[in-house]
This record gives sequence, structure tokens and C-alpha cells, in this order.
Amino acid sequence: MKSLVTVFGAAAITLASANAALSARTDLVIGVVLEPPHLDPTAGAAGAIDEILYANVFEGLTRIGPNGEVLPGLAESWEVSEDGKVYTFKLRAGVKFHDGTTFDAEDVKFSLDRARAEDSVNAQKVLFSAIDTVEVVDPLTVKVTLKRPQGSFLYNMGWGDAVIVAPESAETNKEKPVGTGPFRFDRWARGASVTLVRNPDYWGEPAALEKAEFRFVPDAAAAVPALLSGDVQAFPNFPASDALEQIKADPRFAVVIGSTEGETILAMNNAKAPFDNLKVRQAISHAIDREEIILGASNGLGQPIGSHFSPANEAYEDLTGLYPHDAEKAKQLLAEAGLADGFSATIKLPPTTYARVGGEIVTSQLAEVDIKLEIIPMEWAQWLEQVFTNKDFDLTIISHTEPNDIDIYGRDGYYFGYNNPEFKTVMAELDATVDPEKRNELYRKAQRIIAEDAVNAFLFQLPKVGVWDAKLVGMWENSPIQANDLTKVRWTD
Amino acid sequence: MASYVTKRLSIGLVTLLLASVVVFAVLEILPGDPARIMLGMNASPETVATLRQEMGLDQPAPLRYLDWLGGLVTGDLGRSYTYSTPVIELVRERLAVSLPLALISLFLSTAVAIPVGVFAASRSGKLSDTIAMGTAQIGIALPNFWLALLLVYVFAVGLQWLPSGGFPGWSNPLQAIKALILPAISLALPQAAILARVTRSAMIETLGEDFIRTARAKGLPRRKVLWRHALRNAMIPVLTILGLQFSFLLAGTIIIENVFYLPGLGRLIFQAINQRDLIVVEGVVILLVASVILINLVVDICYALVDPRLRTGR
Repeated sequence: MKSLVTVFGAAAITLASANAALSARTDLVIGVVLEPPHLDPTAGAAGAIDEILYANVFEGLTRIGPNGEVLPGLAESWEVSEDGKVYTFKLRAGVKFHDGTTFDAEDVKFSLDRARAEDSVNAQKVLFSAIDTVEVVDPLTVKVTLKRPQGSFLYNMGWGDAVIVAPESAETNKEKPVGTGPFRFDRWARGASVTLVRNPDYWGEPAALEKAEFRFVPDAAAAVPALLSGDVQAFPNFPASDALEQIKADPRFAVVIGSTEGETILAMNNAKAPFDNLKVRQAISHAIDREEIILGASNGLGQPIGSHFSPANEAYEDLTGLYPHDAEKAKQLLAEAGLADGFSATIKLPPTTYARVGGEIVTSQLAEVDIKLEIIPMEWAQWLEQVFTNKDFDLTIISHTEPNDIDIYGRDGYYFGYNNPEFKTVMAELDATVDPEKRNELYRKAQRIIAEDAVNAFLFQLPKVGVWDAKLVGMWENSPIQANDLTKVRWTD
Repeated sequence: MASYVTKRLSIGLVTLLLASVVVFAVLEILPGDPARIMLGMNASPETVATLRQEMGLDQPAPLRYLDWLGGLVTGDLGRSYTYSTPVIELVRERLAVSLPLALISLFLSTAVAIPVGVFAASRSGKLSDTIAMGTAQIGIALPNFWLALLLVYVFAVGLQWLPSGGFPGWSNPLQAIKALILPAISLALPQAAILARVTRSAMIETLGEDFIRTARAKGLPRRKVLWRHALRNAMIPVLTILGLQFSFLLAGTIIIENVFYLPGLGRLIFQAINQRDLIVVEGVVILLVASVILINLVVDICYALVDPRLRTGR
């Protein structure tokens, strides 16, 4: 009799949990501001592509986890040779692309060779620059030989631009992406939404959501009613930060402030007078008041930074105290530079809110030390051409959203015109170092060099403002890469 | 009548050719490289050059213009740089939203404006006229995006009768129509306000004419005179405004499409300009120019229908 009760009890519990599983929602509408131009992460820089497809549809050899850590992806393990030049990846068995073709070492070779080919239009071709050869050892083993040791190689392989594609579908991924991930591409209603559905044949733990629709909501004013009416249940990057207080007060929603990889800087043209003078750059760094800028340009949510490095990274060093806000000191430095009466310059601003608002605040702060700025607002295309490509600018405000991108300070011909052999040596050393502790030490050294050189005025880390239904769990708090990984997202009751 | 139409048609074609030169030249001057926009800040100049070549942007401008014009003549608008899809296909998708939206708005605004205008004219100077025209004045002053947000908060957030935005596609016609109701109202009301005022003033002018007095004198009922005789003669300015409004509704809905995040033609142009997808901008603009010319042609023919004097060119 007792055992009978147990059996019934167990059956009841099973039924109850089955019911709970049935009643929980399995569909989700996610609001995103920008529509991707196409759906191939290996053929464009637009963050909007990765925001939909990375980790959901496409996977790489490695993957970047919620805190920026490197995790196994399609490679379940790897070995690195003594000299740090040979990486042998052991691939997962039984993985299939969404079109039914089998994933194996040939696909890895194809993807990596395609990305680094002469005629490749991969936006992050530099990620593959260290690769010398890619060899197929057996169907589940790939050997990648590098020209030189590269400490960031495993991290690089986790980028959206390094995902593995199949030769059969590579050419059509822009329209109809075919990957190996837990979600399959279902449809793209251009201008309106991209819909993904669960991949029942996924090699790993299947996703809890059956259907995920990314809906394009370009207008900040439209995002609030979309959320309040329940039409959209999650905004990983909520565009209407003015309305945040109202939403915080509403128990139906969770507001989660995290960090991004976006270092927001007041960039200076180091190749052009008077910004080629260290004292002038230091003066500007002293003249600005970060707190005020953060309050105005990011609703007080951004974290202050003193160098070009994310505070979320374990190698981060707090250098915000190096040039404290001090107008007198700034004036004195300007006088030492022979500019006691100040000077005039322009500040070119891209269309984002942080740049436009930040630019106005910076202009008023610099006016206090007799640096008179003329604000020139421009749209994104113009900014890319004039400032970034032609280097025709004095000052600008921009957020560098690529993860771990301090190496841009070592690039020749980069737009802010910094050239320091010492920094380049550190970058070369970093490239050749695999040991995590030593790498962190080098990262700290690099941060110090550019902070002391006051290459740019470092303002704040762009916050990630996530707003979603309070019953939703598994959304990422931070964005170590531009992605909305939905693999662990589910509804609770 | 035939020669009238032929004349109008050839003027239209010349306008179209001139417009194609202007559109191409203006976009040529616009700063910004589509290849750099696609590849972003981390791509090397070599990669950008490769993509430019792939897009055919390394060719000289006059050559690209002739190429494009040749395509236009054969009905080929080229391929979008960013979407790598034929432009005509993109336009077709967007017209499935913009055209119904424009037609519904036009219908709504006409259905409201003309009766109100006629009514106000017939009671010119009385209190009801003042109230009607005062309301219309507010309607003109009201920015349509503000009206749109107000409607969204009332009908989508508050009452939850209609969606707050987005477009589900025509596979579900009921949902599709529901998605277009609020945008159509937001577009129609300000237009209706203008149209009502034009109708009223045209009617008042016509009602003062001799033939109206004659019609009344021979014993026709007031209502009949108003709707049959006066309205038909007051139609010319009304048709002019309607023609202008339709062009506006087709192309000028960028703001409303943004507020309701509808995938219409306005959004397509806006996105294409931002991404410097020039071939899309060129294609859409030239199609819009063509449609404006066509609408004007239709309006001209309508003039001729309502006013026989125009047919013979007297």
C-alpha cells in the first residue's frame, strides 16, 4: 500500500512538473534598435548581425561566455604546443548544420581559409592574421599553425566573425544563414523582424525557447509603449534611458544595468598641432569632469575609465585618478605649452546620444580653460569618412565597442594618430605571451602607457541597459561581445 | 483629350530623365563610403578596397550612371549593396505596407474632410462653422508623431485593442489591418484638417457664383445644389491637394513608420541613406518621382473630367 502511494505521489509530481513545463511560455519577442544589413557574421562589421545570430545560429571553435571568458564551442578541447604556435583542436562529434550536412574538420579549414583569403571581405580579417596554415588531421581534429605565437588566438576564435560556416551554404548565409547553433533561422521579414526557431537536432543542451523573434524598433519613443503593451518582452539594449525610472518602478519589468566593451573616449588627433603636444592633451584631460559627462551622456550609468580598457576585465587597472578634474592645472599646462590664451578647435560628433550630449558638456568644460570648440554634428557615414578614414578632425567622441581592443593604439595610420614604439613593443610581447598572468601584467603596462601619454581623454565605459519581463531568466547582464545569447533564456512562472 | 494626355505624358518623361541626373549627382556628392560602413572601424583599407570592387564602386561615376540608366529602361533597378537583393524586390516588399497605408489614410482623410468642409461652407460664419474650422486648425498644428504616440498610449498600452507597432505581414490579413489602423489615423487626421479647410474655402467661393443662385432660383433643394452643383465645381483645388497628399503619404511617412516601426518605403529610404546603399536610394527616389508624375497626370486627367474646358485646351 505504501509503495502504491509512492507511485501515485511520484506520478502526481511528474504530472505537475509536466504541466508547469507546458504552461511556461516558450516564445519571446526581443526588441533591437538596428536591423542588420544581412545575416552573415563573417561578412560585415554591423553589431546588429551578431546581436541576432551569434551563439544562437552560428558557433565558432570557441565561444565567449557571459563574463568575457573563453569557453569551448565546436571544439570540445584543444592543445597548444610548447612554443605557442601550434593549436590542435579536438572537434565535437555528431554536430550537424541546420541543412543536415555534417560538421567536420573540413568545414573548419574552409571557414578559416575563407576568412583570411586574399579576396576576403571579413570585417575583422586582422583576427586571422597570425594563421599560417590550417590542416585537417582527421575528421574531428584540426591543426592550426601560427606564423608567430598569439596569446589572444583562442579569444579571437570566439568572435562572431570567426564562426564556422559550411561550404555548401557560405554563399547564401547573407539571406538564409545556416549554422550549427541551438536555433535555426526561420524567416526575415525585412524592415520588421528576424525569427529563429529551436533546433531539435542541436548537439548540446536544447534551448528552452521554441521561437525567438527579434523585432526592429528603431525609435526610442516607440520602445516604451512596445514594452508596456507587452508586444515586445525584452530589450537587451533599451534605447529610451529617459523612461528608465518609470520602468524601474513597474514590478512587471526587470531593469539590469551591465557593462559593455565600449570604451567611450574624447579622441584627439595626436598627429595634428596642438594635440601633438603632450601638455595640451594632459591639459584637456585635466579640464574635463568625467562625473558630469557620465551624468549627462549616460544618465549616470557609465563606469568612469582612465585608460582604454574595460573595468569588467580582470587585467583592468584603475587609472581614473591620473588626471583629476582641475581647471587651474589645465590652464597652467596650456601656458607651459605656449597657449596661455587657449585656442580654438572643432569637435566632430557622430549621431549617438552619448556623443551628442557628451560633446556639448565637453565643449562647455573646455571653454572654462579657454579652449573654444565648434561643434560639428555629423551622421555615421560622414563620420566614418571624414574622421575615421581621412583623419580630418581635431576632437571627436566615440565608443570603441570591439572587445579587448587596446591594440588599436599600436596600429599604424589609425585615426587618432598615436605612435609610440614602447607601446608597440608591449603589444608585440603580448602577442608572443600565452601565460594568462604575464598577459595581464602586459595589459596593465599598456593601459598605463596610453594613460600617461593622455592619448585621448578616457571618459566612461558604455553601460548596457537591459530591460525585460521580470519572469524571464537567462538574459545576459553584461555584453562582453555584441551578442544576445539566448541558449539559457527561459520563462518562469 | 488624346493629345492632352500625350502632351502631359511627354512632359512627364522629360522630368523623369532630368530627375535621374539630379538624383545620381546629388548622391555622388554625399560623403560616406558604403564599403567602409559595412566593414566598420576595424577593417583594413585593403579589405575595404576589395569590397568596393565587389560592389562595382571602383568604376567612374559617368559609367555607373549610364549603367544604371540602361538598367532603368529595361526595368532593372540594380542590386542593393547591403542587402544584396534586387532593389525592385525590396521596393515590392515595402509597397505591401506603404501602399495600403497610404490608401487607407487617403480614404479616411477624404471621408472626414469633404463632408466637414461642405458642412462648414454651408453654415459659413455660424457657430458650427467656427467649431469645425477651429478643430481643423488644431489638427493642422498637431504634429502627426505626437498624435501617433497619444493614440499608442490610449489604444495599445491602455486599452490593448491594437498593437503598439510592428507589422506581422499579409499572411494574416486581420492582424495586418489591425497593425495599420493607428498609423493610418495618425497620418489621416492632420491631412484631413488641411483638406477640410481647402474644401470649405473652395465651396464658399463656388456658392457665391451666379449659377448657384440660378439653380436655387429654379427650385432645386439646397442639399442637391450643395452636393451636386457646388461640390463638383469646387473639386479642382481639392483634387490638387489630394494629389499632393497622396505623394506625401507614399513617401513622407518616415516619421510615422519609425514611431510604429513599420517596414515601409520611408524606412527603407531612411536606412539606405544611413548605410549609403546609394543604389537603393536612387532606385526608390526615381520610382517615387515616377509615381508623383503619374499621380499628377491622373489629377490632370481628373481636372479635365470635372472641367470640360480643360479638355480642349481653351
